[in-house]
Amino acid sequence: MSETVVFIGKVIVLIGVFFDLLGAIGLVRLPDVYTRLQASTKCVTLGTCLILFGVFLMSGFPWKALLAIAFVALSGPTAAHAISHAAHKAGVKLWEKSVVDRYQEDEKKAKES
Amino acid sequence: MKKLVLFLVSFIVWLVLTWTLYYPSLLIGILISIIIGFWFADLFTQRPRHFFQIKRFLYFLYYIPIFLYYCTLANLDVAYRVLHPYLPIEPGIVKVKTTLKSEVARVALANSITLTPGTMSVALTDDGYIYVHCIKVYSKDLEEATRRIVSRFEPILREVFE
Repeated sequence: MSETVVFIGKVIVLIGVFFDLLGAIGLVRLPDVYTRLQASTKCVTLGTCLILFGVFLMSGFPWKALLAIAFVALSGPTAAHAISHAAHKAGVKLWEKSVVDRYQEDEKKAKES
Repeated sequence: MKKLVLFLVSFIVWLVLTWTLYYPSLLIGILISIIIGFWFADLFTQRPRHFFQIKRFLYFLYYIPIFLYYCTLANLDVAYRVLHPYLPIEPGIVKVKTTLKSEVARVALANSITLTPGTMSVALTDDGYIYVHCIKVYSKDLEEATRRIVSRFEPILREVFE
């Protein structure tokens, strides 16, 4: 029984590492700050949570791993939001093929009025 | 009341982190939790009564599998876009409107938007608009984008946090 659980844990850690790798590839391939943040946040949050869950299964159910999952899932997207907001405030441009930027339009309107 | 809620939460976190019933450890945990409860009670929650309503926890449990489903979908979506040789992306920032009132609910909604397929919240305004960065823009219209992005989480989050 416990060997099966450990095996399942190893498989889950492997899947998590795969998603982390995808996040890294996205970080290299995508063109600008916002798209890179998208790829890295989504993949790294789920990947790290999966690794922690795999560790939870592998090494005798340490419940603090689940607590760590909760904190990672809370802080990952918050950090991404902070970085993207700061980047936009600092004037980092979107990729040149971007379709629309409602935020910039609204800021311009607010400045003019 | 606020202090009691924060005390309970921090003490449960302490119990899970240490994972022991060793007597001095418990004592230190209670002491630290009391100090934290007195210091930070006003920062932690505005409406402590909500912590004692079972219905909210049940809705939260119902929310978790839905969230996990969209999270997995988001990762497969990113995988497809990143590994595709031509990078099928069409990014842009659109504006959506939320009807959620409380701060916690809005934060939870923004975090959920960040972890769901192709979207990331860039800014929140006080009057309930969220600027969302989409990796592929399906609609620039306010109502259409709101229906696509916000409406799958909003009803559940309203039950949980408001």
